[in-house]
Amino acid sequence: MKKMSVKTVVAIGIGAALFFVLGRFVAIPVPFVPNTTFNLQYGVLGLFAAMFGPLAGMLIGFVGHTLIDLSWGSPWWSWIIASASFGLLTGFFTRKLDLESGEFGKKEIITFNVGQVVAHLIAWIVLAPTLDVLIYAENATKVFTQGAVAGVVNAVTTGIVGTVLMLAYSKTRTKRGSLDKD
Amino acid sequence: MSKNAALSYLPRASVVHRLTGTTKLAFFLLWSTAAMLTYDTRLLAAMTVGGLVLFSVSKIRLSEVKGALLFMMLLVVLNLTAIYLFAPDQGTEIYGTKTVWVHLFWRYDITAETMFYLLNFFMKYSAVIPVALLFILATNPSEFAASLAGIGVSYKVGYAVALALRYIPDVQRDFHNISQAQQARGINLSGKDKVLTRLKNSAAILLPLVLASLSRIETVSNAMELRGFGKHKKRSWYMQRPFQNIDWIAMGLGLVVLLISLGLLVVHQSRFFNPFV
Repeated sequence: MKKMSVKTVVAIGIGAALFFVLGRFVAIPVPFVPNTTFNLQYGVLGLFAAMFGPLAGMLIGFVGHTLIDLSWGSPWWSWIIASASFGLLTGFFTRKLDLESGEFGKKEIITFNVGQVVAHLIAWIVLAPTLDVLIYAENATKVFTQGAVAGVVNAVTTGIVGTVLMLAYSKTRTKRGSLDKD
Repeated sequence: MSKNAALSYLPRASVVHRLTGTTKLAFFLLWSTAAMLTYDTRLLAAMTVGGLVLFSVSKIRLSEVKGALLFMMLLVVLNLTAIYLFAPDQGTEIYGTKTVWVHLFWRYDITAETMFYLLNFFMKYSAVIPVALLFILATNPSEFAASLAGIGVSYKVGYAVALALRYIPDVQRDFHNISQAQQARGINLSGKDKVLTRLKNSAAILLPLVLASLSRIETVSNAMELRGFGKHKKRSWYMQRPFQNIDWIAMGLGLVVLLISLGLLVVHQSRFFNPFV
């Protein structure tokens, strides 16, 4: 494993705490689809993965989701792994973004959103159902339907919440080279 | 917001509580891997009984976890119903025979095989839930980071988990304060608004929450850096306890269960116990 900076360690810890609180206590139900909620935590995970990198994204997803499941009573590993890989992939796809220096225009919005949508599709439509079938021997049609609904809903949530958060965050940062000599 | 709905540590004087955190974590992982691998009814039944015995030894009363149990039952029932609706013939696919008990309508029959498959699916939960609950309720959170290090996870990851557990109440309090403040300014979060408006409004809470968290990351990581965190390859843990005989026994028991699960897999060449052939 690559050497982790102190800041990454802390970002994983506090990111996972945020992920837990949002996932455990905040739920906005999706209209017309029973038992599905907009998971705001994935928007925040997208932001953290873009800021702190793939390793941080993966561990925030893994630790946060495991804690949520444990607080309900029993972990569901296939979906935990899907959350972790979403963090990993988003961090990987957005590694070129530099939010800290306030650069977040149209190009960056597109990079982030394409990255997060691809990451969600891989995580929920490929990984989670495949693992469900392998680990729990569930019916393929059922888990792929579940995965598709979860993937689309999460991608929409991440798109809206993540982009709004990034826009706002980048505005609080000073742009590189913003000082002029009189 | 429900404050005490989440499960948390319940200190008791019991054998289970006396085990080190490392033992409990390792036991939980071995046990849940065993349950994950097998669909053998006999092993799952034995594990369910074993889990319940451990639970009764721990002196945690059933009434203390009633809420969590009811919620999980609801989830399991929903899941079972969904499986049946999507695949009424899943049992036949797995066990190869079809014994119709009652014909309902269209493609929905109640077959012995599917009912048996659903029973097994249910038992996969019932085998893990008592042990998972014990792990959550009988492990001191402060000891958890030490136990992660104990099973060989990098101490930095262990420390990150400890930080997460430490900051959950703080983030929760921040969230509560911010949402009250925004509601006082007229931002509605209840179900009265349209979904898109609610999503947008939730950003009004998330933004201050995320910014506060980012500055907290800054503060905490500076403090840790000043104290030389991460300089050495290893660190010691205040809450780490030495292994005792009972720890080795528990670890051995977990390992035996996993080996039985693997053994059944090899002997039967299949994950399923098939009483129909």
